[in-house]
Amino acid sequence: MSALNIKKGSTSHSAYDLRDPHAEVAGRHTLTVLTDNDPGVLARVAGLFTGRGYNIESLTVAEVDHKGHLSRFTIVTTGTPTVIEQIKAQLGRIVPVHEVHDLTVEGASVERELALFKVTGTGEKRVEALRLADIFRANVVDSTLESFVFEITGTPEKIDAFADLMRPLGLADVARTGVAALPRGV
Amino acid sequence: MSRQMTGAKMVVQALKDQGVEVVFGYPGGAVLPIYDEIFQQNDIRHILVRHEQGAVHMAEGYARSTGRPGVVLVTSGPGATNAVTGLTDALMDSIPLVVLTGQVPTFMIGTDGFQEADTVGITRPCTKHNWLVKDTDKLAETIHQAFHVATHGRPGPVLIDIPKDVQFATGTYSAAREARVAHYQPKVKGDLARITELVELMEKAERPIFYTGGGVINSGPGASQLLRELADATGFPVTSTLMGLGAYPASGKGWIGMLGMHGLYEANLAMHGCDLMINLGARFDDRITGRIPDFSPRSKKAHVDIDPSSINKVIRVDIPIVGDVGHVLEDLLKVWKSRGRKVNKDGLAKWWGQIEQWKLKRCLTYKNSEKTIKPQYALERLEALTKGRDRYVTTEVGQHQMWAAQFLGFEAPNRWMTSGGLGTMGYGFPASIGVQIAHPDALVINVAGEASWLMNMQEMGTATQFRTPVKQFILNNERLGMVRQWQQLLHGERYSHSWSESLPDFVKLAEAFGWKGIQCSDPKTLDDAIMEMLDYDGPVLFDCLVEKHENCFPMIPSGKPHNEMLLGDASTEGAIQAGGAVLV
Repeated sequence: MSALNIKKGSTSHSAYDLRDPHAEVAGRHTLTVLTDNDPGVLARVAGLFTGRGYNIESLTVAEVDHKGHLSRFTIVTTGTPTVIEQIKAQLGRIVPVHEVHDLTVEGASVERELALFKVTGTGEKRVEALRLADIFRANVVDSTLESFVFEITGTPEKIDAFADLMRPLGLADVARTGVAALPRGV
Repeated sequence: MSRQMTGAKMVVQALKDQGVEVVFGYPGGAVLPIYDEIFQQNDIRHILVRHEQGAVHMAEGYARSTGRPGVVLVTSGPGATNAVTGLTDALMDSIPLVVLTGQVPTFMIGTDGFQEADTVGITRPCTKHNWLVKDTDKLAETIHQAFHVATHGRPGPVLIDIPKDVQFATGTYSAAREARVAHYQPKVKGDLARITELVELMEKAERPIFYTGGGVINSGPGASQLLRELADATGFPVTSTLMGLGAYPASGKGWIGMLGMHGLYEANLAMHGCDLMINLGARFDDRITGRIPDFSPRSKKAHVDIDPSSINKVIRVDIPIVGDVGHVLEDLLKVWKSRGRKVNKDGLAKWWGQIEQWKLKRCLTYKNSEKTIKPQYALERLEALTKGRDRYVTTEVGQHQMWAAQFLGFEAPNRWMTSGGLGTMGYGFPASIGVQIAHPDALVINVAGEASWLMNMQEMGTATQFRTPVKQFILNNERLGMVRQWQQLLHGERYSHSWSESLPDFVKLAEAFGWKGIQCSDPKTLDDAIMEMLDYDGPVLFDCLVEKHENCFPMIPSGKPHNEMLLGDASTEGAIQAGGAVLV
């Protein structure tokens, strides 16, 4: 009996998954999920992703309707169309889940993320940071003589770009909320 | 009736309102108030088990043989954790259960109290849904919701964790009809356009096949009836998964046997060669599909399933139909009849000719012996001697389970209880007690291996106490037969820890619990011994000493397509490559 000859990557999802991972192209999808605001619903959703080996790039959740007892999740994930379809179906069968939509394929949508950037420094770098923040329409929400905290809202790409610019100017800390998203129009 | 009552009383009241007759359980500190209420009533029968895992498997046996949800009551901490295997088993096989667990009082949750465990956290991935009830006013409604969720859509186990102070406190009882269940209403009717599309394919198909699963059984006896009507009217062949046996009768003219890893040659080749596969309530499990890229490569595939996540999960299908099998079959029949009951007669005749050719292979042939009992022979005799009786069969997990599926014929649904998805050794014995509790006068046989059977043997006391005359038919090869078979085929015949050492004297063990014990090792006396077991009015432990090194064939090795089956020991030489060994 020869040694085990396991194809590279064949065990990345489960022991049974020997499909060619490149047969379909993986893409980034933003899902919006409306659920009952029950205790444990976050654990159910997060547990589904870890238990079945799906990716989470970001996940945000908050109550959106106090009277109706509803919460909205916005989940950014990556996967092939088959995997995304499966994630949607698996989310849909969680009992407290009311609706699941894939905003990436179901028409136009808006996505926003909020981030806080702490930038420390003095002199020319500090002035440059403030100038760039203005270009990016970031607000100063805290200031000392050696630091700023900027608040910036936008798409994840815009926030990434701002982070790249701040890094050489004394970027000390970042906090990001993850994406919140809704479909456009009525 | 006053609507004000304690939480403990609410539990009993809600179970009564849900029509529960039997609860399988084990008391403990955190459920004492509920046990106090059970003591003071006679409507609900409590079956005291010997281990909580046994309680859950009994409830599964009860549920599968009746179609009604099984109910379990256990205490906090170890009571709940012992139930986890049974919950996972029920989740994999879509068995409706309502499990009630006690919990430390709400003000102690999170303090690592005595017998505290995060029960809802632990059981979240192994239940369809679960609840921690912190308010007595919500307890009754939650129990009613639990029954609704367990039995609607794809059935499954649910769990309600009830802290002890919630059981003691008084609250307002809400009746079942008032419970808030509105939003969980899975779709049962299939899309008519899709159904019509399927009928169009059925009219033209040259090599169609019905591939049926546990969903047909879960849908209720009506679905099995409709399947029989449709299969017989169209003349299409029918194969079934392990879970679906009995939905279509083994004596039916369309029956071509079970498919899958240890399925029949003709069934697997028909799946491989068909041009239209109609999947009714099955889920393309890896035991069924073998190597996925080579799975039935030339067929159009339709898939009827109540769970949308089952569709396109493993195999991409051409016609997905989300709905309850019974409802979809009803519409399918209606549409097919209204369009003139057309089938491709010439194609079908040729197809059956091919299937008959495959049948000539006689894939279940084994080499019998005059000296030792072959396990297949034991099951053939059991089948012959119990034919025509109202018979319920449970099994443990392993070779004996596959042989039972191959050699026993099932004529009706809900007569075959086996752990399919999870493959839980130790399932069959407690399940047989659960079946017997539901059907006190029926013949209930657990086909077992000695190793599996020992895993839950403590339930012997339960069988004695509740006078369940369950027959434990143990095919004793003193081996973990399936493990040994894989070690022979895949691991160079190195039989690492796959024999049963230090086995008990099963006859004495039986007698110690007040059972009858029978041992048989001679094929010539086997019939008499089986008759002795069947005629005995009480539980029997039948120690059938069988050939120790028999392998289970046919076999599709993991990672191989359907058309590369192994039919006997002679065909196994070098048949399994190392790549297959990584698969289970």
